[in-house]
Amino acid sequence: MMRVSTDVFVVGAGGAGMYAAISAAREGADVIVADKSLVSRGGATIMAQMTVASAVGHEEPDHWTHHLADTIEAGHGLCNEELSAILCEESVTRIHEMDEWKVGWARVDGRMTQVHAPGHGLKRCVYVDYLNTGPAVARALRGEVVQRPGIRRASGLAVIEIVVQDGEAVGAVAIDVESGETVLVEAGAVVLAAGGLTKLYMRNSASINMGGEAYAMALRAGAELIDMEFVQFFPIGHLAPRMVGMDPIMWDPFRYKVGGRLLNGEFEEFIHNYGASDGGTYTARRDVASYAIYKEVEEGRGSPHGGVWLSFDHIDSEVMKEKFGPMIGRLAKNGIDLQKQAIEVFPIAHYHMGGIRVDKKMRTRIPGLYAAGEAVGGANGATRLSGNAIPEAFVFGERAGKFGAAFAKNRKRASIDEAATKTVLSEPKAQLKKGAEPDGSATALMTELQALMWDKVGLFRTGEKLDQALARIREMQNDDLRNITIPDDEPFNQALLDWYELRAGLLCAESVTMAAINRTESRGAHQREDLPDASPDFERNQTIKMSGGKMVTGWADVPRISYTLEEKQAAVI
Amino acid sequence: MSEELETKLKVYRGAAGEEPRYDEFDVPHEEGASVLDALVWVRENQDSSLAFRYSCVSANACKECMILVDGKVNYACTARLNTGTVTVEPLANKTLVRDLVTDIVPPKERLGSAEDA
Ligand SMILES: Cc1cc2nc3c(=O)[nH]c(=O)nc-3n(C[C@H](O)[C@H](O)[C@H](O)COP(=O)(O)OP(=O)(O)OC[C@H]3O[C@@H](n4cnc5c(N)ncnc54)[C@H](O)[C@@H]3O)c2cc1C
Ligand code: FES
Repeated sequence: MMRVSTDVFVVGAGGAGMYAAISAAREGADVIVADKSLVSRGGATIMAQMTVASAVGHEEPDHWTHHLADTIEAGHGLCNEELSAILCEESVTRIHEMDEWKVGWARVDGRMTQVHAPGHGLKRCVYVDYLNTGPAVARALRGEVVQRPGIRRASGLAVIEIVVQDGEAVGAVAIDVESGETVLVEAGAVVLAAGGLTKLYMRNSASINMGGEAYAMALRAGAELIDMEFVQFFPIGHLAPRMVGMDPIMWDPFRYKVGGRLLNGEFEEFIHNYGASDGGTYTARRDVASYAIYKEVEEGRGSPHGGVWLSFDHIDSEVMKEKFGPMIGRLAKNGIDLQKQAIEVFPIAHYHMGGIRVDKKMRTRIPGLYAAGEAVGGANGATRLSGNAIPEAFVFGERAGKFGAAFAKNRKRASIDEAATKTVLSEPKAQLKKGAEPDGSATALMTELQALMWDKVGLFRTGEKLDQALARIREMQNDDLRNITIPDDEPFNQALLDWYELRAGLLCAESVTMAAINRTESRGAHQREDLPDASPDFERNQTIKMSGGKMVTGWADVPRISYTLEEKQAAVI
Repeated sequence: MSEELETKLKVYRGAAGEEPRYDEFDVPHEEGASVLDALVWVRENQDSSLAFRYSCVSANACKECMILVDGKVNYACTARLNTGTVTVEPLANKTLVRDLVTDIVPPKERLGSAEDA
């Protein structure tokens, strides 16, 4: 066993985790930032392609209060407005800071280019060309992390559990993936920045490390989650033809920049039949677009693979080349010529609005435990505006690091008994068998869980389907998970990590399903076919926590603020 | 979809210092599939102990899935899976960890590394 000690321990090294590490180091704290994959590469941040919303006012006059108003409207009454206001206001500072760190926001004549994304009242989203926002963000932040001597990077460190003593978070237990060694981390503060859970759905835009481990660790540590029923589906995920080396959500930036028409199987436009305008301008909100596509397919007006068509054939080839540069060649390698053919799209799971419940300082209810990024719930309510997630990672990351560092400074670091690691890791130990023929795998069960979540806890839900899902999830927790034989192969025992991931995934699936059962209405991303209307009684946040090994749900009033819309201003450059 | 088509996947197995061996798996072949799809299929259906590294699945963003496919350096997620026999091996110029996993972690990024002590 290896024992390490630090002021601030950051779990997850995406946008939120790296920002947290930087800001904690700026406060003079020692930091370890860990990722089960490689620092900066494992999660959603590096995969993002396009929009980062912030009222910097370069393209047109803007003010963050207008960004806030749009965010709250998209949130369908459930935004934690305190968090939303922080997100919108502080994103402006963070965007400029990232600029100083040479992220390379796209510019024309010194002004940052901003595009219009669905749900925003104006052109508000900065980006990096070509479809390179995530990689550029990851590179810039990593560069800052590497430069700061107070930060230690730990790639290949899978964090399993937060250690809580006398009701406070004092560190974590982790596994060094490559050696298999147990690592005990003693910390003055722990920041959970391990991302979202969309991997738990069959069709998703996730990396393999986005199975909800942050939520599961928070629950097991005694923290609360909020609004877990709200999973965002991205309307135009790639469906066919099969492509390699391309992100399934890649069509979004194409639509931002040049439009593109959505057509049903009969090659007719249809979004306007669902009360939204589209007409190639792409302003329909994500939930409306997803619903419209789903319904067209359900009513037999789908494309051959069960989606709808997305067509760019009306757009001039020179325009396409200018806007997308090398992307056109990458498409050609996949045999796709957008001038000649439409492609097929269908919604996929993309982002999680729910998450760990925090206050304005990113504190959970467990002293010493903080959260940041997609792992946090509340700022985006029942649906998220496009472009709000990356700023959320920046802003909440910066705050979690700063406040976590301040907490660690005023606290005597606890020493953790080695026995803690044994208890934490004991669960799957009995299932480890040297040289055993693998018998059932966590991967196969994960695939089953993904299909279950997609079919029964997906885009459109009913009470009956949700009950069936919950029953199977609990059965998987109590039986299947316990009966897997895990090959005791070292080093790099992925099968053992898969087991932990499945345990975490099942806990998240249980939370989402229970929350969806309790919310007997439809609102934002939570759509119940058996209860199609929103009810004012449910303009409340739903909480979930673990108590005595059982999940307990509850309701809480939505945190509101009063604010006035300030006059929009153009940035002076 | 042509269900009868198969790929024989020959996979390097073994940890650093162990005598290497090659395991063969018959993997169903689907139009347009990648080598990574085949590896995931093996782990899910045949042998959960097969070790290989990847994160982003198909975005070609994480760059973690680099291996040798038929002797050539390639990303498992963008290499198309051919029919017939396909051989996959760990990168030759990196230290082997196990199976297809090599040590690609940048220096100073491992907790136990010397700089860290
Ligand atoms: C394909 C795609 C495109 C997107 N495009 C946009 C966009 O254009 N604009 C926008 O605003 N948002 C976009 N989003 C959403 C946005 O990218 C994410 O919400 C945001 O990057 C989350 O940042 P994060 O740091 O919280 O999490 P992540 O970047 O996901 O990082 C979490 C990290 O935690 C690690 N981790 C997980 N579990 C553990 C563990 N147990 N131990 C140690 N480490 C662990 C993971 O490996 C990962 O590296 C997109 C998302 C995807 C998937
Ligand atoms: S899986 Fe990420 S580049 Fe291949």
